[in-house]
Amino acid sequence: MPPSVDPKKPPQTLMQGNVAVAEAAIRVGCRFFGGYPITPSSEVMMRIAQLLRENNGTFIQMEDEIASICAVIGASWSGAKAMTATSGPGFSLMQEGLGYAYFTETPLVLVDVQRAGPATGQATHVAQGDVMQFKYGSHGDYYPIALAPWSVQELYDLTIRSFNLAEKYRVPVFLATDEAIGHARENIEIYEEFEIVDRVREGEGMPFGHDAPDGVPVMPAFGDGASLMVTGSTHNPQGFRKVDDPDVHNNLVTRLMRKTMDHVDDIVETEEYFLDDAEIAFFAFGISARTAVAAVRRLREKGVKAGLLRTRTLWPFPEKQITEVGKQVRALIVPELNKGMMASVARGYSQAPVHQINKTNGYVLEPEELIEYVEEELS
Amino acid sequence: MEKYNVYAARLLPKVDYLGSGHRACQGCGEVLAMRLVHKALGKNTIVASATGCMEIISSPYPESAWKVPWIHVAFENSAAVASGIEAGYKALMRKGKYPKRKINFVGYGGDGATADIGLQWLSGAMERGHDMVYVCYDNEAYMNTGIQRSSATPLGASTTTSPAGKASTGQQTWKKNMPEIIAAHNVPYVATVNPSYPFDMFQKVQKAAATPGPAYVHVYSSCPTGWRMRPELAVQIGRLATETGIFPLYEVENGVYRMTHEEGDLRPVRDYLKPQGRFRHLTDDLIDSIQARIRQDYRKLQLKVRMSQEERDGDE
Repeated sequence: MPPSVDPKKPPQTLMQGNVAVAEAAIRVGCRFFGGYPITPSSEVMMRIAQLLRENNGTFIQMEDEIASICAVIGASWSGAKAMTATSGPGFSLMQEGLGYAYFTETPLVLVDVQRAGPATGQATHVAQGDVMQFKYGSHGDYYPIALAPWSVQELYDLTIRSFNLAEKYRVPVFLATDEAIGHARENIEIYEEFEIVDRVREGEGMPFGHDAPDGVPVMPAFGDGASLMVTGSTHNPQGFRKVDDPDVHNNLVTRLMRKTMDHVDDIVETEEYFLDDAEIAFFAFGISARTAVAAVRRLREKGVKAGLLRTRTLWPFPEKQITEVGKQVRALIVPELNKGMMASVARGYSQAPVHQINKTNGYVLEPEELIEYVEEELS
Repeated sequence: MEKYNVYAARLLPKVDYLGSGHRACQGCGEVLAMRLVHKALGKNTIVASATGCMEIISSPYPESAWKVPWIHVAFENSAAVASGIEAGYKALMRKGKYPKRKINFVGYGGDGATADIGLQWLSGAMERGHDMVYVCYDNEAYMNTGIQRSSATPLGASTTTSPAGKASTGQQTWKKNMPEIIAAHNVPYVATVNPSYPFDMFQKVQKAAATPGPAYVHVYSSCPTGWRMRPELAVQIGRLATETGIFPLYEVENGVYRMTHEEGDLRPVRDYLKPQGRFRHLTDDLIDSIQARIRQDYRKLQLKVRMSQEERDGDE
């Protein structure tokens, strides 16, 4: 038996999920938050309003979500690590700004505490229905990064990681959480030290350069001395507007896609539970992965060789991992709180047939529902 | 309140188009106002409602309180939706598909929906000149999502996103003057109303509905939950708001300003601020500066009223 208190481990702190986001953001260096109240994400804003005041940062409650994301873009170009938090309806309003941020390579973090939609939907209830909006919310080709925590601890940790990835790759990063985790209260461990990545503000190459190492160009801030021009129109490596040259547009869109696609191994994180000898496997993310791991344990007790592949990264999609698991098992089951968004993507990579368990009533899946499905459909 | 100095409920229409049994908080001044507005508007009314307290408390089954057609779209766009309803009706009446009759097309929003997220939509509707009434229920913060500040939150008020404490004295900016912004659109009718003065309110809402073209009504809506005060003070605090000059009752009819309720000597703002927990932290200095600004604003309004009078007298 391990000792109940490990002296090497940091003390446990009871924290609400949304509060953990605010606390972690401050620790990783976030100094600007522009936001607008929306259930179930408002606690992020309410906490960070206090924290930024105490840490010489700036908090602005904007007049709507369109303004919020644009203020975050502005703050990011002024050199600050910047963030906003919202939920479905607000996320929809932000899409214009997000497409812009992606195209202009503006690092920022957006926390989407998902609720049931479309439209106003169920403001106080959980859902995982924004999966496709993370990927396809803006018009045009792009490949953003979306991380999916499954606990308050991971909300804290992945908030830090979101900022690090945003700064490293100069992209907007989505923290794809949901009402259930956002409003959960759990004990978490807060580490004294962790890796903090800051954008490269000085160096060789153009700020929107095609030949940048790793595809990520330097990002001077306004006032850093570079003659900086930032535009959402198609632009050349210097940032000058150049909309009639077919090569410039194609090169830009291709490079931006490759910034994510060439670094999939660095970005994508998955975890395996009881997969070694599994005959059937769940593939899940966020709160539904917690349901799935409980279901797997109970199925194992019943003698069913079940396992779980959990992804902490919605986008880029864990293609390789799904392909591997798909070769091994006779069925892949995707439980999620939508009508099958992740399942439809998994079908493109899994050799094994993909089953889906969907719940869209504003409540989380129960382990019994998963066990029942396995016993009725797959035994 | 010009003709009466007592409020007797029997003097108002008995019929309600906003039913009882809704889910508003105890002592909600906003729903009290909404009920009065509907007594004044009557049966031939179509409501487009923004997201907010009044949408949430009046719509859920089985506590749905509406006895007139009602549509909720999103947070920012009730003025745009009402514009569409008005324009659609007008077209169908013109074509003879619908009988010609007077219908009140009404857009609703709270202070956040009106002064923040929905301002451009409201501005568009007012500028286009739709025959509609827009009613702003101003409870001075985002109460529905948990008391976050809006641009209509008064200076010094503590909210969850303008918290008072060691580092801050609450809201740092002066309240946005919505009635003036709409008056600057040169719409035919703008009025401020307060449910603590029900007859004044009733008459103004009726006038707004009867006005051809766009009309704007700004409703003082006390909120015991968000203002941290006792629910039984909802009406009394409304009286104090007007008596202190914080919420003067006036109307702007075709550019002509008129006080509909004249206060002689204004009461000190302290009387208004004191019962409310959101102002509990205010120091004497801050209260004095608020007092000075209120006096100044009130005086400006009086000057506008006088100027309107002089212009009218000159015309005669």
